[in-house]
Amino acid sequence: MSAPVTSPPSATLRAVVRGRSRRAARRRLVVLVLLVLVVAGFAASLMYGQTYYPPGEVLRVIGGEQVPGASFTVGRLRLPRAVLAVVAGFSFGLAGVTFQTMLRNPLASPDIIGISAGASAAAAIAIVTLSLSGTAVSVLAIGAGLGVALLVYGLAFKDGVVGTRLILIGIGISAMLDSVTSYVLSRAAEWDLQEAMRWLTGSLNGTTWEETVPAVVALAVLAPVLLACGRDLSALRLGDDTAAALGVRVERTRITLIVAAVGLIAFATAAAGPIAFVAFLSGPIAARLVGPGSSLLVPAGLVGALLVLSADFVGQFAFAHRYPVGVVTGVLGAPYLLYLIIRTHRSGGSL
Amino acid sequence: MTLTHRLAAERLTLGYGDRVVISSLDLAVPPGEITVIVGANACGKSTLLRSMTRLLAPREGRVVLDGKAVHRLPAKELARTLGLLPQSPVAPEGITVSDLVGRGRHPHQGVFSRWNAEDDAAVAAALDATHTAELADRAVDELSGGQRQRVWIAMALAQQTDLLLLDEPTTFLDASHQVEVLDLLTDLNHARGTTIVMVLHDLNLAARYADHLIAVADGALHAAGAPREVLTETTVKAVFGLDSRVIEDPVSGRPLMLPIGRHHSGPPGGGPKATGPDPAHG
Repeated sequence: MSAPVTSPPSATLRAVVRGRSRRAARRRLVVLVLLVLVVAGFAASLMYGQTYYPPGEVLRVIGGEQVPGASFTVGRLRLPRAVLAVVAGFSFGLAGVTFQTMLRNPLASPDIIGISAGASAAAAIAIVTLSLSGTAVSVLAIGAGLGVALLVYGLAFKDGVVGTRLILIGIGISAMLDSVTSYVLSRAAEWDLQEAMRWLTGSLNGTTWEETVPAVVALAVLAPVLLACGRDLSALRLGDDTAAALGVRVERTRITLIVAAVGLIAFATAAAGPIAFVAFLSGPIAARLVGPGSSLLVPAGLVGALLVLSADFVGQFAFAHRYPVGVVTGVLGAPYLLYLIIRTHRSGGSL
Repeated sequence: MTLTHRLAAERLTLGYGDRVVISSLDLAVPPGEITVIVGANACGKSTLLRSMTRLLAPREGRVVLDGKAVHRLPAKELARTLGLLPQSPVAPEGITVSDLVGRGRHPHQGVFSRWNAEDDAAVAAALDATHTAELADRAVDELSGGQRQRVWIAMALAQQTDLLLLDEPTTFLDASHQVEVLDLLTDLNHARGTTIVMVLHDLNLAARYADHLIAVADGALHAAGAPREVLTETTVKAVFGLDSRVIEDPVSGRPLMLPIGRHHSGPPGGGPKATGPDPAHG
């Protein structure tokens, strides 16, 4: 390439390098702090509960030793629950911020536009009506999630997809699917409140390894796919035309991102239900922490994990009654949704 | 020292849905020069520009870069040779100027490769060339329209392509900023030999800054060549359906188009007078 117009611009170069290192340092710090908090939350949720187990005993249980009492409580009850909290939270956060970034709108998260609701309805039908379990439930949930994504995209498509139309259609579809879930639950032979709460707002109560493992595997496979697309996703924020001019294959990237993100949502939902607003909240929280411009994938995943871990902890122990995790995250998410809509309305713009 | 890349369209037919916008158009971009495309609204100028960077696949024919169809080239390889600044790019909320300009390095980076000193140098050079260095740490959304446009051009420059396509880079800018942006692009062309192709609305600015002027009408090439040959009263009538006088621009010696409307066009035969030194920007 040709030489720069002016002689080596040392002052500018220094400013550029300084700005970039500052952004990178802030991002590293935020990721590190979030990571420490997630680990601390994970450890706390293994140690504390009705009975307290010291770290040494918890570690021995994780190491595979038989410890009277602790092996059952920590190994069978708390560990799968805590692992699912981290994995589902990370999946929701990652998938949510992928959609929000790709569609350039914080309201376009999978739990607002009906994808979580679709996966949830399918899982409820699979378990309650068809008496399926394990992989079959996940497969059905993924099929439904992808189907809803396609349906919403298809209905919103008219000379390209406009964010507002997609979101409104998604909210409508989401309401329809929630009513399907309610109907299925009301026809269940045995009315099980725990089951109902799981599919309506998301819950970690009674989590077993059977539910947790598919979600762990899905995250291990799909997260690297999304992270590999991270830079292309950042370029998409500049608009489709600009991204394409920068060498991004827009359509192919978009399809990869949608399939991977829907897969994450569906597996996590099949295990824990559509934990309310985690996908919606994680991205914007991560954006405020990391600052503008940086890739939000990993920070949003960590924020998601932290949200689910702490909300579950609060739901179990902070009140006289035990609440499922989705109730707590719902309380956090609803005001933010209102705030976003009011702010959008005030600025007079489209959503 | 700059490689001269040849960009051309061969029997190019473009359209959206059932609508054909450009039909069987042949066009060659002279390397190392500034080419400006003009035409009436919705005549297909932007469509033509989009297809040149493979944003739009041709119905028939092809766009050729150095003998190869651009729609067959790997996306990143094309993006290292051919840059495009679209009409309305989106700046992510709160992003700083140097961060945004850094996005232009995308085609030079692999999936996992780290940002390197060459990337920093390219961003710094782009900031200097567009006189936006002092804005480097500011947020893009708090800049004025003219500053923002220079920042976007800086992003396209950081891409370090030998060919740069711009879709109406002067829209929404006031007269002085329009001239500033066009002067900047001319500097680039002179200093680096960057081939520039842009769509412009303003015929007189087009005639002043173009080495090669292309007039598009009804999805076909109406005229192409030096501004003096292309910007004539007959062309203006055929392309825009507008009566006009074309005189010599007292400032640049290029042709200057003065429209003749139903009002304020003087007594018959009197003709309008060009008074100010710069009537093109009114």
